[in-house]
Order: sequence, then C-alpha cells, then structure tokens
Amino acid sequence: MNNETKNLKKLIITQALELDCGKTIKDFPLAYETYGNLNKNKSNAVLVFHALTGDQFASGINPITKREGWWSYAVGPGKAIDSNKYFIICANVLGGCMGSFGPKEINPETNKIFSTTFPVITIKDIVKAQKFLIDHLGIKKLLAITGGSMGGMQVLQFASLYPNIAHSAIPIACSASHSAQNIALNELGRQAIMADPNWKKDNATPDKGLAVARMAAHITYLSKKGLQEKFGRKLQDKGSLKFSFDADFQIESYLRYQGSTFVDRFDANSYLYITRAMDYFDLEKQFNGNLSLAFKKVKSKFCVISFSSDWLYPTSENKEIVIALNACGANVGFVEINSDRGHDSFLLDVPEFLKTLSEFLNSTYNEINNEKRI
Amino acid sequence: MKKEFKVISQIIQNNKRVLDIGCGDGTLMEYLKINQQNDVRGLEPKKKLVQKCIAKGLSVIEGDAEKELIQFPEKSFDYVVLSQTLQAFLNPEEVLNQLLRIGKQTIISIPNFGYWKIRLHLLFKGTMPITKNIPYDWYNTPNLHMCTIQDFVNFCNNKNIKIDKSMCLTNEKISEITKQNMKFKNIFSQLGIFLIQ
Repeated sequence: MNNETKNLKKLIITQALELDCGKTIKDFPLAYETYGNLNKNKSNAVLVFHALTGDQFASGINPITKREGWWSYAVGPGKAIDSNKYFIICANVLGGCMGSFGPKEINPETNKIFSTTFPVITIKDIVKAQKFLIDHLGIKKLLAITGGSMGGMQVLQFASLYPNIAHSAIPIACSASHSAQNIALNELGRQAIMADPNWKKDNATPDKGLAVARMAAHITYLSKKGLQEKFGRKLQDKGSLKFSFDADFQIESYLRYQGSTFVDRFDANSYLYITRAMDYFDLEKQFNGNLSLAFKKVKSKFCVISFSSDWLYPTSENKEIVIALNACGANVGFVEINSDRGHDSFLLDVPEFLKTLSEFLNSTYNEINNEKRI
Repeated sequence: MKKEFKVISQIIQNNKRVLDIGCGDGTLMEYLKINQQNDVRGLEPKKKLVQKCIAKGLSVIEGDAEKELIQFPEKSFDYVVLSQTLQAFLNPEEVLNQLLRIGKQTIISIPNFGYWKIRLHLLFKGTMPITKNIPYDWYNTPNLHMCTIQDFVNFCNNKNIKIDKSMCLTNEKISEITKQNMKFKNIFSQLGIFLIQ
C-alpha cells in the first residue's frame, strides 16, 4: 500500500459524528478534491459522489495511481460536468483508502492500523461526513448532487437527509435498497478476501483475495453482450488452446489484469467496509417501508438515469425511485439510456448519457440564475 | 405551437399543476411553464423525446401510460392532458379511468373518425381512410380504437363522466360543440377537445 496519501488535500473534521453503529468519531480526516472555481454567489457547486472503488480524483490525473480520474469522461473542462463553469467537489468516502478516515489509517489509541477494528459505517455516515465538508467550504446550496452506483445511493441519502440543500439531484444506475443479488455478490467478494491467508496479517496484504473479489465484481459491471462482443472466445497471444490453466482466453487475461492492477491501489479492508455500507443501505427501511416518505420534504429537482444493459442496478430498481418520488409529488424526470456496456456505462464514453447529464445540469444552472435575476 | 395546444393552454389556468401524457418534445409543457407559470410534468414513451425534454429542463419520465399511470397519487394534478393518443392504447377505458383518478380535471383530444372526408373515403374508395390527421395504413396504424366525437360524448354520458367543455377544431378554426350542433360538428370537425372530470 502506498503512503503518499499523507500529502493529499484533507479536511480534519473536528465535530463529533455519531455513526449508525452507535460509535462516535471525531477529529478524523476527509480527503477531497475540487475542480473549477466557486462563483461569487456560490451557486455553481456540484457535489459528486464516487462509487465503491472510486476516490476523490474524479477528473485529471490521480497523483497516487498516475491514472486518469474515474469520471474523466463526465468531469473536467468542457465535459458534461464542466469545470470551466461549475465548482466540482468530490470527497473520498469514509472507510475509503485515499486519505479519508478508513481501516488502513492508524488508530491513535493503539498506534496500529485499524484494520477490522474500524467501526462499520453506513451510507448515511458517509453522507454526513461530506456535509461537514460542504459546510467547511461555506456552501449553503448546491447546484447539484450526482453519482452513479454507490454514488447514486449517496445522492438519495443526501437528498433525503438534507432536503433543502441541493437544487437538483441526479442519481445514476443505483437503487434505494440493496437487492439480495447485490448483497450476494458483495459477500462473494468479501469471502474471497477473508479466505486469503494474508488477510489480517501484520506485514502482508490479501492481494489474491482482493484480486478475485475485483474480478468477480468486474464481471457484474459489464453486460453479457458487451463481453461477447469484446472478447468472444478469442485467445490470448496464442493460436490454439494450451490444455493448461493459464489464461488461454482473452477474457481470462483481461480479468486477471483488472484484479492485479486493482490491488495496487485499493485496500482490502476498505473493500470489506464499503461493500458492507452498500449492503446495509435501505432507504425504504429508514422510513418504515415507505420510500416516498424519504423524499417528502425534498425540494430538489430529480433526474434519474438508468442503462438498458445494467443488470446489477437494473432499470426496474431505478424506476422504484421514480415511483416513490412521484408518489410524493416531487419534481422528477427519468430516462433509460440505451447502452450495451452494462453497469459501467456511467463511467464510460456513452454520448447519449453524457449529453443528458450535461443538458440537465445546464438547464438547472440557467433556471437558478434566471430566478436570481427576478 | 399548433392550434390544438393553443386551445388546451387556454383551458388551463395559471399556476396550476399539469401532467402531460405523451408530452412529445415538450412544446406544450414549455409553453405552460414559461407563459402560465404552470408546474408541469410529462410522461413520454420515446427516449429521444424524453432526452429533448430533459435538456429543456422539463421533468419528464420515460414510460408507457398504459403501465405507469398507477404510480401517480389520486388528484395529484389540477389537469391531466392527453393529446390525440387515447385511440392508440390497448385499453383506452382503463387509461381514461386513470386520468380521471389522477387529475382534478382531464383535457383530452381525439381525432374525429366521423369527419366527412373519412366517411366519404370509406364510402367511395372502399379502403381504410388516410387523412392528414390519421396518416397511417391499416396494417401499420398505432390507432387501435378510433372513435367519433359522438362516440366519445356517448361514452362519457354512459360512464357518468362530466364534460365541462367541448370544443372542436376544423382547419385551424375553433368552435364550441353544443347539443344543438352536435350532429353537424361530428361531420365537419377534424378534432374534438374535451375538458372532463
């Protein structure tokens, strides 16, 4: 693991945060990054929430991994979430491993890495920590909150918890309560990590387990059609099958590569904690089984977006959110984008999606500025 | 904006909540939002059109009215608008019931199959009528349940649906339908527009 995260931009949150698990934390770091400039009347701030394995580096080059930010297609100068126009904020989630308070940080009481003694956190905790950041930046109203997958869950939780802060909310490819299938898939990843003999050892990391977790998860981010078209039964650098267990097929080689590069940048325990937070997410349950009560006080204008080939957070689950919003008379638009690229579509160059995102944000921006003029 | 939308917008009072079913590219919604300060929502089955609406800042949901209306609470809109699509549903009666449930009032327009050109087409040519308003062949038409102005009025009477306003449109000219001129209007109008509850 890399120790360079020490020098990343961080806010030390001095206020106490009571976690859902009952524990209280304070004086903890939240690493964040911003893009663009906050305008005079502070009306152009967009809060972007990252997904399971994302971090604060949504755009540009991530200084730790030296790779492009996870949402480079959507965030940056001239992009859908245009940093020439908006002030974009993205924080590494609580429990993460890119400088925020997480299981790979040192516990000051024991002087040891928290590891699995880190408290179990929830999406609500994650969102509350980011509210401190917004306050610290002196922002009263956000132009928009957005994110895909677990980022979308944070959008829903944030909107519900702070109904008067965001002018608009764009939850993408997500769900208001994690399905049995998704819990099952996360459990598969966690078990792979915990089965690694290096897990919980002091001077070793469960790289094999984490890589397998990533490989399994990666399949769920793609679609059957997308996989078939990209890889089919193509062989990796060879003319015929080798009658061995090496990576004969391109898809095997691709997954192995995904697994091996992932362990260089991600902490296995963060993976456990964050997937747990996703599994525990059930906004419906927070409101006694009535999801529309979650949005009853929400003033934000919603634009819910799903993808046709996403089987991890399918359109039907996104539509549950739309139905709940409609049931309480909220302001909501919804569109399913046609794409063969599965759940990952929100991270990729899918022009119809990026266009919708850009135009919705732009219309919200114009509406607010027109209102101001009146 | 087409004349039909002008008529519909004149029926709708300012500052009211409006749901436009099959809102297309949002022309009517945008007009109502800007000029009449209406709080508007839309439902539209075609993705491309939904995206157009969202780009304009209109809150439109992609979906099929036949399946999706159930999610809207009772009397949650002052007006529900359905322009020239009732005849295209598999079950127009059920859709109409949903509209009446969701809206305090419903504005509905229907292409009139009793229009004289349609009658003459069938009478003299002996083939399914094709007109400017109904430009399809019998084998590719989305219109499954064509009706006349008289049919629609009879239907409302039979089902105890109150008609607050009945207008008709012929070559961009608008007029009112009354008991007295009903037979005449049923022959000479291309479109009927009704405010019902």
